[in-house]
Amino acid sequence: MRYLPLTQADRREMLGVIGAKSVDDLFRDVPERARRDGFVDLPRRQGELEVERALTKMAAKNVSADSVPFFIGGGAYRHHVPSVVDHLIQRSEFLTSYTPYQPEITQGTLQYLFEFQTQVALLTGMDVANASMYDGSTACAEAVLMAHRVTKRKKAVLSGTLHPHYRAVVENLCEAGGDPVEALAPALPGKTEDIIARIADDTSCVVVQTPSYFGELIDLRAIADAAHAKGALLIAVVPEIVSLGLVTPPGEMGADIVVGEGQSIGNGLNFGGPYVGLFATRTKYVRQMPGRLCGQTVDAEGKRGFVLTLSTREQHIRREKATSNICTNSGLCALAFTIHLSLLGEDGFKRLARINHANAVKLGSALSGVAGVELLNDAFFNEFTIRLPKSATAVVDALADKGVLGGLPASRLIPGNATLDNLLIVASTEINTDQDRADFVAALKEVL
Amino acid sequence: MSGMNNQGRPTAAGEASSGSFETYTGNKGLRLEEPLIFELDNPGATGVDLDEPEGYEPKLGAFEREARIGLPGMSEPDVMRHYVRLSRKNYSIDAGLYPLGSCTMKHNPRLNEKMARLPGFADVHPLQPQKTVQGALELMDTLAHWLKELTGMPAVAMSPKAGAHGELCGMMAIRAALVARGEGDKRTRILVPESAHGTNPATAALLQYKVDAIPATADGRVDLAAFKAKLGPDVAAIMLTNPNTCGLFERDIIEIADAVHEAGAYFYCDGANFNAIVGRVRPGDLGVDAMHINLHKTFSTPHGGGGPGAGPVVLSEALAPFAPLPYVVHGADGFRLVETEGEAKADGSHPFGRMVAFHGQMGMFVRAMAYMMSHGSDGLKQVAEDAVLNANYVLASLKDYLSAPFEGPCMHEALFDDRFLKGTGVETLDFAKAMIDEGYHPMTMYFPLVVHGALLIEPTETESKHTLDQFIGTLKHLAQAAKGNDKSRFTGAPHFAPRHRLDETLAARNPVLRWQAETPKQAAE
Repeated sequence: MRYLPLTQADRREMLGVIGAKSVDDLFRDVPERARRDGFVDLPRRQGELEVERALTKMAAKNVSADSVPFFIGGGAYRHHVPSVVDHLIQRSEFLTSYTPYQPEITQGTLQYLFEFQTQVALLTGMDVANASMYDGSTACAEAVLMAHRVTKRKKAVLSGTLHPHYRAVVENLCEAGGDPVEALAPALPGKTEDIIARIADDTSCVVVQTPSYFGELIDLRAIADAAHAKGALLIAVVPEIVSLGLVTPPGEMGADIVVGEGQSIGNGLNFGGPYVGLFATRTKYVRQMPGRLCGQTVDAEGKRGFVLTLSTREQHIRREKATSNICTNSGLCALAFTIHLSLLGEDGFKRLARINHANAVKLGSALSGVAGVELLNDAFFNEFTIRLPKSATAVVDALADKGVLGGLPASRLIPGNATLDNLLIVASTEINTDQDRADFVAALKEVL
Repeated sequence: MSGMNNQGRPTAAGEASSGSFETYTGNKGLRLEEPLIFELDNPGATGVDLDEPEGYEPKLGAFEREARIGLPGMSEPDVMRHYVRLSRKNYSIDAGLYPLGSCTMKHNPRLNEKMARLPGFADVHPLQPQKTVQGALELMDTLAHWLKELTGMPAVAMSPKAGAHGELCGMMAIRAALVARGEGDKRTRILVPESAHGTNPATAALLQYKVDAIPATADGRVDLAAFKAKLGPDVAAIMLTNPNTCGLFERDIIEIADAVHEAGAYFYCDGANFNAIVGRVRPGDLGVDAMHINLHKTFSTPHGGGGPGAGPVVLSEALAPFAPLPYVVHGADGFRLVETEGEAKADGSHPFGRMVAFHGQMGMFVRAMAYMMSHGSDGLKQVAEDAVLNANYVLASLKDYLSAPFEGPCMHEALFDDRFLKGTGVETLDFAKAMIDEGYHPMTMYFPLVVHGALLIEPTETESKHTLDQFIGTLKHLAQAAKGNDKSRFTGAPHFAPRHRLDETLAARNPVLRWQAETPKQAAE
């Protein structure tokens, strides 16, 4: 087998050194009745060509985003990733390295993590960021637990326009610890959500997403003030990190913790994963942060170097007293993020954000020109919500048949709420052309 | 006579030199120093060509970002060179043996990378209409089938993002099953062996369970009598790693499982070490109720410098109904993703909730699938056999030079302690750092905690006998050097890495976690 270097002669010789008669001898601690010899129900080994053929066939059954006019967002966004990114992250030294527990021979990983942490802090307008989390949803749930530790309170209040999956992940983790969660009903874009009224003396944190599930930009300032007045923290959730090239960062609006999904920069859609969770906060809370942190130090010769630090928060040292059970982060996705953002730079990143916004504005006005279609948002970045004259699920289905992936029905993630049935959440990024827009509008007219 | 070198260019080797002088650049030949991107800022330079958009009226409301973000400007060649130079400061499995115990640093086939990048897998949105992602759902379903077959378990939750996340998922399923039985409040204690990974007690604590440590026997296994004495009506589960973190198979595992079940508790198995038994032993036959599988260990998806991983959890009949959302079912009209509680109820299941947005680490699923298909069931059995053979070869070859706390045979990893260093003034850490000078990544140090100054070596099945012989020779040589009073070689190690030993105490005492532009000096004092 091509991945196994030992030959039969090697195996015999090695068994001799060990003093074992056969490999079975080495498995002698396994109880007799649990020993098996292969599995009849699984196929036998295959060469590269056969595997490639089979998986290519499977992949071809999917409609890939590059093959159609594409307008789906909802927490995962299709952006163009420069060729350099994928080339660099496939370098052996990055791809096949382990967590940098031996800093002297993993300065490459540690330095890019330090760069990543700095970039995330700058984008979010916060003091410090960690070396990444699994994804935005788990970062959000960990932020709530961190707020519990900081405030020594147990109750989180969630905005109704938090991504429904994020809400479910937060509820799941909080319920595990027996902590109550109050989640508001979703307020449609253009309608104000009175979350401030829900902040009480036992509230540990308020969780608000901007842009919201419906694409609406949310003013965090008054919410931050109200939360702080009651001794609670504001957790801001940013599902589309490109928005921060154009929009006031949560750090400037009073957020105490900012979490986000970093997939948009450097990472593909990948049917939902792997992605990269962003996690930033204020310096005063750093010792309550979950996840890995990279810090600067010096070596025995006084030269600058980087190490994983503050690991006394982590499970491998603190065990049951750790701030989180997290071990792995999303290293390679963080690297892709860092490289892509380095290529963009200050000017490129801001321009990318403007292109996204421009495309969304143009699409919004084109779609709202279709009879019976209404654009609901007041302020948005690259995603917005329209009301259709009929079920959004049926429309999306019909659009797919016409070769257009035309957005996310709001009810897919919030079922059983009749007011959402006709709402369609639509995203547009730099990948969309004038032709894509025209195709979308034409197809929509046909299916309505 | 050659036309080349006719101008007197010397061709002899020159004089040998210690090389112990400082260079102007700080570089030492191919060992290159590299600043941070923020120090390479070239304002006005860019690595992308984007046109300014026109013909739109902004709809941002009052949210326009005004201040400078502070991102550096760099051209594409500068970015390329920066990250290539950084990469060269890293050790990697592609460049050499990476014997980290418990981490399974095996070869990462590039076919996996190629398959994961097929647009049909890589460029598909998780919320596309399901009829447009039938191939992606088929892949998840096929991988699930393989995982269930290989473990002898009836169900698998695919969405957890990593091993520790899988542990959490498995323990949540256990809790949900206890709650459904009306024993959620009654069973508050989790038994965890002393030798367990740190994630086990951390996970149990996250779920508000009390962690109760089970002592080990002198032969490195769970103390069966002590374990049985700890069982009671307040025990929710045992979390046990098998093969355990000492690299040993728990001989009494079936008896342990039976006792756990008799006491009304569940058996969580930490599957980090599945590579030792894949294709030879099915956890389902051992009485396991839940076990996570690190696709980035056993099934060769790359570690990527610390993630992304993937940690699907196989579940027993008792726990299967409580598996989290989402999951894939195969019906008459193709594959269907069950995403909501309503749909799940209609299917007769009771998901405990959701671990993550979307459906899990698809990119890792494709890689693991390509790996499994390549090996087939016969090849996977060979994987376990060669992994165990390689570890035993290391143990047998080194046990007279280093000190082994337990009798063999071991499974996929060989454990040593620091008795062989006694009186030398060399610590486990020094010994490990000296391996760096020999061109090796060190083994896992100081873990498991049940052994003093532990050195845990996991060679994996993808190392050749020749590579192992050289590694064994190196360790013998270092052990002799340590005993031969060559102390400074160890305490000053590494001498030849991009950095000497780094001051971790300073990093923790005075945390510098991001780059800051230097504060300009005060103009007037």
